[in-house]
Amino acid sequence: MLTLFGMSLVIFALLRLAPGNIVDILFDSAGYVSEADKALIEKDLGIDKPLWAQYVDWLRAVVTGDLGKSYRYDQPAWQLIKPMIPVTVELAFLSMVIAVLLGVPTGVISAVRQDTGLDYVLRVFSIAGLSMPSFWLGMVIILSLVGWLGWIPPMIYVSPLQNFKLHLVQFLLPALAVGYRSSALIMRITRSAMLEVLREDYVRTAWAKGQSGRAVVWRHAFKNAVLPVVTVIGIEFAFLIGGLVVTETVFNLPGVARFLVEAILWRDYPIVQNLVMFIAIIVVLSNLTVDMLYGVLDPRVRYGA
Amino acid sequence: MAPEPAVARAEPGLVVAGGRPARPGTWTTLLRFARKKPLGAAGGVVMLVMVFAALFANALQTHDPIATDSTSVLARPSEEHLLGADHLGRDIYSRIVHGARVSLIVGVASTLLGSVLGGLIGLLSGYVGGRTDLVTQRVMDILQGLPLLVLALVMSAALGPALHNVVIAISIPIVPRAARVIRASVLSIREMQYVEAARALGIQHLRIAFRHVLPNTMGPFIVLGTAQLGSAILVEAALSFLGLGVPEPYPSWGRMLSVSAAEYAQKAPWLVLFPGIAISLAVFGSNLLGDALRDTLDPRLRGA
Repeated sequence: MLTLFGMSLVIFALLRLAPGNIVDILFDSAGYVSEADKALIEKDLGIDKPLWAQYVDWLRAVVTGDLGKSYRYDQPAWQLIKPMIPVTVELAFLSMVIAVLLGVPTGVISAVRQDTGLDYVLRVFSIAGLSMPSFWLGMVIILSLVGWLGWIPPMIYVSPLQNFKLHLVQFLLPALAVGYRSSALIMRITRSAMLEVLREDYVRTAWAKGQSGRAVVWRHAFKNAVLPVVTVIGIEFAFLIGGLVVTETVFNLPGVARFLVEAILWRDYPIVQNLVMFIAIIVVLSNLTVDMLYGVLDPRVRYGA
Repeated sequence: MAPEPAVARAEPGLVVAGGRPARPGTWTTLLRFARKKPLGAAGGVVMLVMVFAALFANALQTHDPIATDSTSVLARPSEEHLLGADHLGRDIYSRIVHGARVSLIVGVASTLLGSVLGGLIGLLSGYVGGRTDLVTQRVMDILQGLPLLVLALVMSAALGPALHNVVIAISIPIVPRAARVIRASVLSIREMQYVEAARALGIQHLRIAFRHVLPNTMGPFIVLGTAQLGSAILVEAALSFLGLGVPEPYPSWGRMLSVSAAEYAQKAPWLVLFPGIAISLAVFGSNLLGDALRDTLDPRLRGA
């Protein structure tokens, strides 16, 4: 709660550092400036008030669930954002699934086969994932589809109700670009957690009892290595949103992240403030979820009443 | 890919707390590092090439990187244009060479600024402890709670497009990460006996913090810096890609990929391919180097 409050202060302060406001931009593009008109519009938008009053206004609005009005579109912010949320949530979810499906098995294999050729290949593969900008990866995916298959993926949003298959393909491509990057971190953490656990005595006992490799690795070792992995998945989920900002732009998907970029370019304060606040809330919530999951996954973790 | 020889052990004599044993020469140290960590050495070579390109961009260029040329619009890679030309007829190879300069300057400057600032905060927070520590850690939590790119995005939009503003925008998200790492290492150093001895001798706190504690955090500091350099380069590329980064006329790898260039991607894939490869290689190099340095300088963190 306190973290969220602090974040709101930081977000607000950062945005007010900006030189010029939306009225200046609008007037610049319109090409005429009448001081009286300008003052009137500024008053209408409430940006003539002192900063602290603007902050209090905003905070009160957020707490009461009123997200304010977009300066640029002259519409309630919530109505603009609402249809975009499913797009971003679906993309984030798909990316996360890909990241986990890619990251966890490769991490486990890499740990079991430590210092073999396979381990090296997998590690380089993962560092490569950390090195490529996801927006570039997205472009390369599109280009290679065009180059090899002669097929251009849809560049305009396809609703799942219109054409479900096309919709899924459209989302899987950016999810792949974002998920690959996130998988790299998950893979590294999985690998190091597994390496630690595999050295434990009870794992050696399990081997000695003659249990099958799969049982030892997944039932005995992985179960105890899963905690740091869950932590990093939680962190990644929050940071995924950063990756979505550029990826949604590349794939021209009408999501929240792309909208954030537009709003920033337009200095549309209410939209930017609320979106960044929204992201902050998601981060805090996902951290909380991870903390709760600890108790479920590891009976040794207990929360005092 | 040459397989790395069996896992390198912690390297005594490279960084030693307290006394200084006889150090092997610089070349010997480098050679030993290269033998034990071929991947890290490869990363180092990539970084050296980048530094070389940045330093001698003017000599390496084949064309003026910002001169437009209507006769070579979207030219294919050829002898004239090694990596082709973009939609304004600018030579891509020359732009990439000059882009190394921008990426390196922004990357190194923002990493340095962020880690020095964060390092000082971490030193203060860890050394003083108590309520100061608590408050500082809360503030760092808040800053770290926002995705790196989102924070840099908001910052650079707020500050306006200019080279030094981009550096500031990218350095801010690095501050809490640096503060945390340095704080952790200060906390353990603070309890060491030689610090206690210094205190018993009546040396002032400020002097202990800077002369006796700070030098011993250099290991984690270097590791952190190399690790953050890659992500700083990536964030710069993303910001420039979105049009919020380094302004024209500086050729930046990220802006070479921007939407205006991407429109021509189908006709001229080299427009998209080469700058992206440059970014990926640079980040790949600094990641490899960072990993190897971490294993060597800070064995406790190995594999994390």
